[in-house]
Amino acid sequence: MIQFQNVSKTFRKARVLDGIALDIGLGERVALIGSNGAGKTTLIRCLLGEYTHDGQVLIDGASPRLERTRVLAQVGFVPQLPPPLKMPVGQLVGFAASLCGTDPARINALAARLGLNLDIIQGQPFVKLSGGMKQKLLIAIALGRDARILVLDEPAANLDPEARKIFFELLAERAESATMLISSHRLNEVSSLVNRVLEMDLGKVVLDDKVADDVSLSGILNCRVCVKRMDAALAKALSTWKFRDLGDGLEWQGEVAGPDRLRFLGMISRYVAITSHVSFTEAQDV
Amino acid sequence: MKQLWLTAKLDIVESLHARWFQIYSLVFGGIVALLFLFGLTESRVLGFIGLSRLLVTYIQLTMAILPIFVLITTVRSVAGDREAGVFEYLLSLPVSLSAWFWGKIVGRYVMVFAPVFLAMVGAVLVALVRGIEVPWGIFGYYTALLAAMACCFLGIGMLISALARSTDMAQGAAFLVWLTLLMFLDLILLGVMIQGRVSPELAVTIALANPLQVFRTAALSLFDPQLIVLGPSAFVILDLFGSLGFKVFALAYPTLLGLGSAALGYHIFRRGDLP
Repeated sequence: MIQFQNVSKTFRKARVLDGIALDIGLGERVALIGSNGAGKTTLIRCLLGEYTHDGQVLIDGASPRLERTRVLAQVGFVPQLPPPLKMPVGQLVGFAASLCGTDPARINALAARLGLNLDIIQGQPFVKLSGGMKQKLLIAIALGRDARILVLDEPAANLDPEARKIFFELLAERAESATMLISSHRLNEVSSLVNRVLEMDLGKVVLDDKVADDVSLSGILNCRVCVKRMDAALAKALSTWKFRDLGDGLEWQGEVAGPDRLRFLGMISRYVAITSHVSFTEAQDV
Repeated sequence: MKQLWLTAKLDIVESLHARWFQIYSLVFGGIVALLFLFGLTESRVLGFIGLSRLLVTYIQLTMAILPIFVLITTVRSVAGDREAGVFEYLLSLPVSLSAWFWGKIVGRYVMVFAPVFLAMVGAVLVALVRGIEVPWGIFGYYTALLAAMACCFLGIGMLISALARSTDMAQGAAFLVWLTLLMFLDLILLGVMIQGRVSPELAVTIALANPLQVFRTAALSLFDPQLIVLGPSAFVILDLFGSLGFKVFALAYPTLLGLGSAALGYHIFRRGDLP
């Protein structure tokens, strides 16, 4: 589906991509990881036809540079940093929907699922929205159409746990019909979203590995946390994960999205000194 | 075509929310308001009185301000958008590069020309209300001249934006272009001619290659058809073009220069890295 054929990119004298050769098939969910300057963003921009380069990038046999409109109609993109667009939210949605040939109502519905009511913020400048709201809107625009390829650059970084859970569900709905390329600095941020990992360093792919796919994107884990004493900071953190206090702040219960369990454990690890019990049980598979 | 209009509309909406447009509109609206306030419609210069006098002053001021304003705001916003990731996101959507580039130019052209034109329309409306005679001929030609000027400098601005990779570089280059045109307006040419190193025909040709000089001369020609204030240069210009021919040249040449620059800018944009 996506082919990188000996792709190289040089900025002045710096070789940022060095002979990348990759094949990514339909239904693959690929984590693109690596430190700053590894070449992730450059690779994504080549895939989107935004950079000139040596070698070939092909999506279903067509070049995203030469056949932009046809190829990019199949690609949904969420950037790491939301662009500072001054236009009202409604205008942005209308523009994207019109270009992509989708119904704005579909984008509105997706945004609503992520907890963003577009009717209220239609007239607000995009740039004035909070980081989380911008991220939700860009996700809604990327997923609110029939994109067969999703290119997501740190897509869940600004989302709250509830929105992340719904975001994983949205990805799960597309798991069979779309190919996903998810970029991140750290593997633990995206490991549970993907079934293949590509690690980049100095413009080369240094690791290309499959990932065990035991927990589905839409899996939910019941979680119980017990602590030795009440702690206000932990209580606040657990509240953001929508956990219920079962007694004086000492016992908590809630649900964690399967792909989010590492992130949850990362949060809990900050309170390890007062934590006496953490357990997960698989609840359901939506 | 749909994509082009969508992009143009997007640029118009984006500009309406931008600080540069608010300042830009305020400057040109303010100029007309100030000219009325200071009673320029009542004063007399070279036999001109009423709205003609105001329009003559307005276009002189516009010629001084508009080129640098259009150049700087165009390169700042286009190069700034590229640096800030706006291009990265919007060009990931299925829009063709030609629709994007030319749509941006169309949208920007509307936003650059509208305040200047509306300020003149405002002056005409006030004149009509006050019962001042409206010189429709001058108004029409000045409108066309301003349209050509906006096209010229917008095209040059888009070319600079396509060439420069950062806002600072683009801004510096735009300022340098404006400064060069300004210098060739009078200073260098006069110096060279005084030293007798070039023929008057060559000096006038170089001057007329400068769109700023073309606009200035065309504006002058409306209230000084024989271009007496230009001295001997007037003979060369009038011999070469004739009075009407020069008016047509003053509209056609800058417009073509702007479109040519924009086309070159598009060629560079299309072949290079987009964000």
